[in-house]
Amino acid sequence: MSDHDYRPKSKVGQWFNDRLPLLTLANHLTDYPTPKNLNYWWTFGGILTFCLITQIITGLTLAMHYIAHADMAFESVEHIMRDVNYGWLIRYIHANGASMFFLAVYIHIFRSLFYGSYKAPREIIWIIGIVIYLLMMAAAFMGYVLPWGQMSFWGATVITNLFSAIPLVGEGIVTWLWGGYSVDNPTLTRFFTLHYLIPFLIAGLVILHIWALHVPGNNNPVGIDIKKPSKDTVPFHPYIVIKDGFALLMFMIVFAFFVFYTPNILGHADNYIEANPMVTPAHIVPEWYLLPFYAILRSVPDKLLGVVAMLSAILILAALPWLDTSKIRSAVFRPLYRQFYWILVADVLILGYIGAMPAEGLYLLIARVATAYYFLHFLVILPILGYKERTLPVPLSITEPILGGSPNLAAARHRESKIK
Amino acid sequence: MSDKKPKKRRDFLFTATTAVGAVGAAAVVWPMVDQMNPDASVKALASTEVDVSSVQPGNTITVLWRGKPVFIRRRTQEEIEEARSVKMEELIHPEKDEDRAKNPEWLVMLGVCTHLGCVPLNDKGDYNGWFCPCHGSHYDTSGRIRKGPAPWNMEVPKYEFVNANTIKIG
Repeated sequence: MSDHDYRPKSKVGQWFNDRLPLLTLANHLTDYPTPKNLNYWWTFGGILTFCLITQIITGLTLAMHYIAHADMAFESVEHIMRDVNYGWLIRYIHANGASMFFLAVYIHIFRSLFYGSYKAPREIIWIIGIVIYLLMMAAAFMGYVLPWGQMSFWGATVITNLFSAIPLVGEGIVTWLWGGYSVDNPTLTRFFTLHYLIPFLIAGLVILHIWALHVPGNNNPVGIDIKKPSKDTVPFHPYIVIKDGFALLMFMIVFAFFVFYTPNILGHADNYIEANPMVTPAHIVPEWYLLPFYAILRSVPDKLLGVVAMLSAILILAALPWLDTSKIRSAVFRPLYRQFYWILVADVLILGYIGAMPAEGLYLLIARVATAYYFLHFLVILPILGYKERTLPVPLSITEPILGGSPNLAAARHRESKIK
Repeated sequence: MSDKKPKKRRDFLFTATTAVGAVGAAAVVWPMVDQMNPDASVKALASTEVDVSSVQPGNTITVLWRGKPVFIRRRTQEEIEEARSVKMEELIHPEKDEDRAKNPEWLVMLGVCTHLGCVPLNDKGDYNGWFCPCHGSHYDTSGRIRKGPAPWNMEVPKYEFVNANTIKIG
């Protein structure tokens, strides 16, 4: 790679770079060879970085006005909304920003699933990603508690009570988490502390995520290993920077729509009622991005097994690089996997919908079927598919199909339709 | 330890140093962990006294004890009979009503669903007792779990009648 040959032009630059090679790093990031066939699904890494930075900046400014105390938290949020200059804007960006963050991360994850980006040699990138995702859920959950509304309070109660399912030590752990015998002021202050800390942990992991990415380089829609740099690659700057920038702009339009036109549509009206430990809201629902896992939790009639199923649904993703036995990365060349992929997408969407509905009757039945299918996909279908599936011929390089020689994507699709 | 390499004085020193280091680290970590447990001021709010003279039969009052709601229900004769006539085999968490309500007219229990901690609703559900709206647990007129994901009956706290009209919880 060109990194090692890099030498700054100016004398000052050379002097500095010999002592701290930041300019070498900047040069690596600029010249970083990127597959030239990356499509718009690959722009969500950049979008996610934007989301993290937005959350940190708006979060820091909110923290200047917020008071983490059970008696004052709710009032201080209203103070931010009504009195603080542009407080409403900053809070709405932060609250909707969490939803936008999850929207982007789900697209990013499902991109990986479609193009097999989690497979060797990118397992570590994938696992770091899962850890980031878990931290995001923790941060989002604790952030939702801070306004100290009814949903904050009862969401905190229900989620922390999940730990009481652990045999023997469960109750002790819950008391320890609460710092009392119920969710109360000690719980609020520690959640605020952790909510403040986690984004910086995520930022650190994002650096590792990108570092691990830059070792093998990006996967691409064709899913083949490419030579870097070669005629299959383009430098990150300006090609990918411009493409990421354009996608980010489109994303910001969606973001702004929520912030300015329907800032509360993703929240719950109950959270504008101050926390009351005597009354539970009639219908407790988590934020939309946690609904599929909530549906899995409720679909199991046993308390401990429900919690185990919910956690397994997330942790099973970490084992994905080894559960998927297929050597072919991209679903473009896997006609069967492609169908199962879309069934999984539908399954997760159904779980999300069911998670928002009451757990009874037909809803419960559908939730159970969808939960069973979710695990079936990862534990049975993927391992078997790797051995049974007849994959399509994979091109030797990105450029070759266009110049002739090996099959290109259109040809592959054409051939597939003939087989059918 | 491998057999080829004889144990030396240096190995002993390494082991001893590591052991002392581990004990030292644990001694520092424990205060950091334990500071999150309920503090002295939380523990001090251990008991509360409630005047129940105005509660009519068939009514429930809810009071806060240790941050949790406590249901105090003055049960009707039918409710008591219903609770006492249930066979133990039918119960998920078998407990006699006689043990849960020493004075049959008064049922005192934590108004906390044993599933995930929501507050169940009064006079609701398939067993004329309580119903938890969060995940659909049904409790009977003795606060015992009959149907749904909750594993246990609603907990009866330590309480006593100070006099005919006052209950001391805790």
